[in-house]
Amino acid sequence: MVPLWAYLLVAAALFCLGMYGVLSRRNAVAVLMGIELMLNAVNINLVAFWRYLEAQTMNGQAFVAFIFVVAAAEAAVGLAIVISIYRNRRSVVIEDVDIMKW
Amino acid sequence: MQDLCGIGNLAKCFVNMGASRDLAQFFALLLSVIATATVPLITVIFLIYIERKIAARVQDRIGPNRVGPFGLLQPVADAIKLLIKEDITPLGADKLIYNLAPIIAFASIVLLWAVIPYTPEHVGADLGIGVLYFMAVGSIVTVKVMVGGWASNNKYALLGAFRTIAQLLSYEVPLVLALIVPVMIAGTLRMQGLIEAQQGMWFVFMSPIAALTFFIANLAEVGRAPFDLIEAESEIVAGYNIEYSGFKFGMFMAGEFIHAFTICVLTAVIFLGGWSGPFAHEVPLLGFIYIGLKTAAVYVFMLVLRSTVPRIRIDQVMAFNWKFLVPLSIVNLLSIATVLFVARALGLNPPPELATDFVANLPRTILLLLANLPAIALALNIIRRWTRHQRQLEGSGLAARHPQPAALTLPAGD
Amino acid sequence: MFEFNAQTIAFLVLTLFVLGGALGVVTTRNLVHATLYMVLSLFGVAGFFVLLSAPFLAAVQVLVYIGAISILIIFGVMLTRSMTHLRHVHNAQWVASGVVTSLLFVLLMVGIILPVWGVNGAQTPTEVADVVADTAVMGQLLVSPNGYVLPFEVASLLLTAAMIGAIVIARDDE
Repeated sequence: MVPLWAYLLVAAALFCLGMYGVLSRRNAVAVLMGIELMLNAVNINLVAFWRYLEAQTMNGQAFVAFIFVVAAAEAAVGLAIVISIYRNRRSVVIEDVDIMKW
Repeated sequence: MQDLCGIGNLAKCFVNMGASRDLAQFFALLLSVIATATVPLITVIFLIYIERKIAARVQDRIGPNRVGPFGLLQPVADAIKLLIKEDITPLGADKLIYNLAPIIAFASIVLLWAVIPYTPEHVGADLGIGVLYFMAVGSIVTVKVMVGGWASNNKYALLGAFRTIAQLLSYEVPLVLALIVPVMIAGTLRMQGLIEAQQGMWFVFMSPIAALTFFIANLAEVGRAPFDLIEAESEIVAGYNIEYSGFKFGMFMAGEFIHAFTICVLTAVIFLGGWSGPFAHEVPLLGFIYIGLKTAAVYVFMLVLRSTVPRIRIDQVMAFNWKFLVPLSIVNLLSIATVLFVARALGLNPPPELATDFVANLPRTILLLLANLPAIALALNIIRRWTRHQRQLEGSGLAARHPQPAALTLPAGD
Repeated sequence: MFEFNAQTIAFLVLTLFVLGGALGVVTTRNLVHATLYMVLSLFGVAGFFVLLSAPFLAAVQVLVYIGAISILIIFGVMLTRSMTHLRHVHNAQWVASGVVTSLLFVLLMVGIILPVWGVNGAQTPTEVADVVADTAVMGQLLVSPNGYVLPFEVASLLLTAAMIGAIVIARDDE
C-alpha cells in the first residue's frame, strides 16, 4: 500500500491551498470553496489514520460522516449569508462588507 | 483483490496464454468494463425504435416503417443524420465546459450500469454499497445540467437548467426515502443482496407505496412525461441543451434514453426481484430473460404513461413533491420500520432456511401490506380532493372567461 | 517507499486531481470554472476514500459534495453574477497569506516526515490490517448508545437548524 505519510502530505498540501484561498480571495463564494477544501483535507487525514491505525473499528469513518454534516450545513448557511449580503449591498467582495469593523 | 465472477476465469485464460498476472487481470477487467458499458449503448438503438413504435400505436399511427424491415433501421438512419449534422458552438460559449457537458451526461449514466446484476453470477461489480452508489452517480446528473445550461451562454438554456435542477434536487428526497424501505427489509445495500432477499416475495408486494414513489421520483429524475417540463419542447424550446447540435446533442439524447431504461432496470432489480425466477440459480442465463421481461414490463408502462399523460406545470411538480410525495414516503418509511420491528417481535419473519419460500414470507408481507393500506387510502383521498378542487377552480375560471351560450350546450344523453 | 503497482499509480493520478483542482480553485478568475475545479478536487478525494477502503464515505462524498454542495455553490455564483469576473482576484494581503501558508506547509511536512510530535506511525511502514470493518458496523456504531447516538442526533438537529436558518436568511423579506 501507499505509505501513510503520502496521504498526510497530500492532505497537508490541500489544507494549505484551501487556506491560501480563504486568506487571499476577495469573493466570498471563493472563500467558501477554500473552506470546503480545508474540510476535505481533514477528511483525508481522518480516513487515512483510520485505515492505517484503527481499521478494526469504525470510529474514523464516523467522524468523517459528522464532518460531512457540518460541511453541508456550513455551505448552506454560508451561501445564504452571501446571497443576503449581495442583495443588500450589491457586492460579495469581502472588503466591501466591513461595516462592523472599527 | 476481490474475486470477480467469470472475470477471474478470463484472467486465468490470459495467464495461460502467457501474460503476466497483473497484466492479465488488467485486461480482463478492461474487457469486462467495455462489455458492461456496451450493453446500454447497444440497447439504446432498439429503445428508440420501441419508444417511437409504442407512442405511434397509442396515437393511432403506424410509426417508423420505411427504413429496413418493419422500420427497424430507422434509429440507425437517425443516428447517421445526427452525426453528419453541423456541430455548432455558439459565440461566447465557454468552449471547454460546453464540450465537457455531453461527456459528463453520457458517462454518468453508463456508470450506473456497473452495479446492475443480470444473473446470480453476471454483475459488473457487486459493490457493498450498491444502492448508495446508484444515488451518488445519479446525483452527478445535476452537474451536467448546470454545466451544460451555463456554458451555452443562452438565457433559455440557463432558465431551463435552473428549472431542471430545482426538479432534480427536489425529487432526490422521495427517491432516497423510497430506497431506504427495501434496504431496511433486506438489511443490506448490496444489489445482489436485495435480489436474494426477494427470492420468496418481491418488495413491490411488501411496500407498494415505496415502489410507486421510487418509480415516480425516478420519472422526475429522468424528465419523462408527465415530468418532461424540463425539456418542454413547446414552451422553453428545449431546456438546458438548446444550443447543442449534432453529435453532442446526440449524446445528451442517448444519455436520456439510457437513463430512462436504466431506471426501469433498477425498478425491476430493487422491487420486482431482478433475475429471480424459477431455476434462476440452477441455470444462471435464465436470469437475463427474467430481468429482461420485468424491465420490459416497466418500460412499456412508462412509455404508455408518456404518450397518454399531459405535461404538468412547474409549480404543480414542486407542490406534488413537497406536499405529497415527501410526507407520504416519510409516513411509509416510519410505518414500515415499525411493522418490521413488530414482525420480528411476533416471530413472523420467515426462518432463514425458509427465506426463499413463498408461503413462509406471507405473514410478514400481509402485515406490511396492512400497514400500507391506511397510507394508500389517505393518499388516494388527498389526490381525489385535490383534483376535484382543481377541477372546480378550472371550471369556474373557464365559465368566467368563456360564458357558454345556451344553444351550444350538449343535449343530454349524448 | 513506493512500490510500483496499480495502487500507487491510482494514488498519483488522484493526487494530481486533488491538488491540481485545488490550485485551480484558488487561482482561477472565473468562479464557475473554479467551482468545476473544486468538483475535480473533491472527486479525487472520493477516489482516495476508495483507495483507503472506505467506499461508503466515497459514495457519500460524491453524493454530498458533488451532488449538493457544488451545485449550491454554482447557484451562489450565478445569483451573484456581476461578481463572477472580478478584476482583482486576490486581495492586498495575498503575498503575506502565500508566505504564511507556505510556511505552514513546510511545518506540516516536517511534522509528517520527521517524527517531531511523536507519531512514528506516520513514518515507519505500519502493519496495515487486511480486515476492515464494513458499512454495517458503522451503521450500528452511529445509533448505538455506546457509540455516536448523541452526536448523530445533534448532527441531524444541526442540519435542520441550518436548513431553516438558510431559508430565513436567504429569502426576500417583503
